[in-house]
Amino acid sequence: MMNVRLKEKIAFFFLFLCTLFIIVPVGMIVVLIIKKGLPALTWQFLTDVPRQGMRAGGIFPAIVGTVYLVTGAVVCALPIGLAAAIYLSEYAKDTLLNRIIKLAIVNLAGVPSVVYGLFGLALFVVWCRFGASILSGSLTLGIMILPIIITASREALEAVPHSFREVSLSLGASKWQTIRHIVLPNAIPGIITGVILGIGRAAGETAPILFTVAAFYLPKLPQSIFDQAMALPYHLYVISTQVPNVDEKIRYGTALVLLSLVLCVNLIAIVIRYRFRKQKKW
Amino acid sequence: MDKIQVKNLNLWYGNFQALKNVSATFAEKKITAIIGPSGCGKSTFLRVLNRMNDLIEGVKTSGQVFIDGENILSQDVDLIALRKKVGMVFQRPNPFPLSVYENIAFGIKIHGLKYTKDTLDAIVENSLREVLLWDDLKDKLHRSALSLSLEQKQRLCIARLLAVKSDVVLMDEPCSALDPQATQRIEELMRELKKHYTIIIVTHNMQQAARVSDDTGFMLLGEMIEFADTHSIFTAPKDRRTEEYITGRYG
Repeated sequence: MMNVRLKEKIAFFFLFLCTLFIIVPVGMIVVLIIKKGLPALTWQFLTDVPRQGMRAGGIFPAIVGTVYLVTGAVVCALPIGLAAAIYLSEYAKDTLLNRIIKLAIVNLAGVPSVVYGLFGLALFVVWCRFGASILSGSLTLGIMILPIIITASREALEAVPHSFREVSLSLGASKWQTIRHIVLPNAIPGIITGVILGIGRAAGETAPILFTVAAFYLPKLPQSIFDQAMALPYHLYVISTQVPNVDEKIRYGTALVLLSLVLCVNLIAIVIRYRFRKQKKW
Repeated sequence: MDKIQVKNLNLWYGNFQALKNVSATFAEKKITAIIGPSGCGKSTFLRVLNRMNDLIEGVKTSGQVFIDGENILSQDVDLIALRKKVGMVFQRPNPFPLSVYENIAFGIKIHGLKYTKDTLDAIVENSLREVLLWDDLKDKLHRSALSLSLEQKQRLCIARLLAVKSDVVLMDEPCSALDPQATQRIEELMRELKKHYTIIIVTHNMQQAARVSDDTGFMLLGEMIEFADTHSIFTAPKDRRTEEYITGRYG
């Protein structure tokens, strides 16, 4: 019979090895992209339009396009998502309809992103006649991040202690006053975390913007929400597969900018959550 | 004078009957204690008086509860006005995670009363004076209420009620989180407050009931077994079960 302590050591080692393995791909991705992309990062690369058939120049229109799209997506998704989260956590009783709504949110989160792209094409581009535009792309991305915002906001609202609600009501506040003055202010950090996770997701997705907004090559900046725009993930796809002979460092430079943008936003989420936990005393 | 009259009150949580045919009368500007073992329905009873049980799904009541002559169990009663008049102090001190000042100002702001900065300052000061916190906290009004001691928090919660001009104060085991010295000081405060307020306190601490209350009700398994002035309950209980409880044979 094998020694119990030896088994313990083997189990520990095996589990530790698997855990360690997780950081290997993350580390490799970051190192590879920084190593190959850093030489491309110049002021001109960040602020100039693409030139010579995207083989030179910069990626400024794609950065601006991504910023517009992400802002648009949050503007669309936050009010609806927050309102839905407040309804679900504060007002909804356990009825069949509400259970169906919760199931729909879970399923919405599981829909593949390319399906969102096709859906956006059919609904916003064609049926609503918005055309391929920032508006269509923002709405599509907005629907995609809706479940993230709803789930995070609901968790944040439900984490506010029940006793706060009880006291507020016992002082004669209405339910809405209680939500407005007591529950929401205490849930804001959690809601912000949800928004930022949504931003990270919206910034990085290619498929939903593929048919709804993304321009192959558009050297000028969009003038209105009905214009097409370039976007970082799609630009990366284009220069990697559709345009021959693009210098490798431009491709990796673009990837590096996209990755930094998403990581930065995630870092902000982590900092906010950390500060929130430190403050929380109840 | 009678402030509150309860007549044949029954309450069910789903199929479980938590209050059985409870009747009682609460005198104005006196302290009434409700005693009884855990689960006897005394907190449930207290929460009927400001309709806090409405927050729980599946609660049904029958009977009548008159406060200042108005039946508060009727469908069309204004819950906001009722809860403004009948305030509640909870077992765990539960100030909002706001400043001391904001905690007290909360009630005035939500009730949409007209105020200027000066009148609000005056209300905050008066409320804190009434609970004897003013001298301790006058320089710390903008500190977080969560940084106070447990006793100060509980006093602040009482002050928060007084600011909305409650005239009935319900206290649900208000001292069970406090040490004996703090408990004693809160009891002194209660004696002070009864000059202006009608106080009903739920407690499982019989000594506390004997020390502070004018009247006492003893509850067991959802029934009001005996209700009389505190002196007679503790010296000459009429019911055998009351006697067994106060002499510590169960509970």
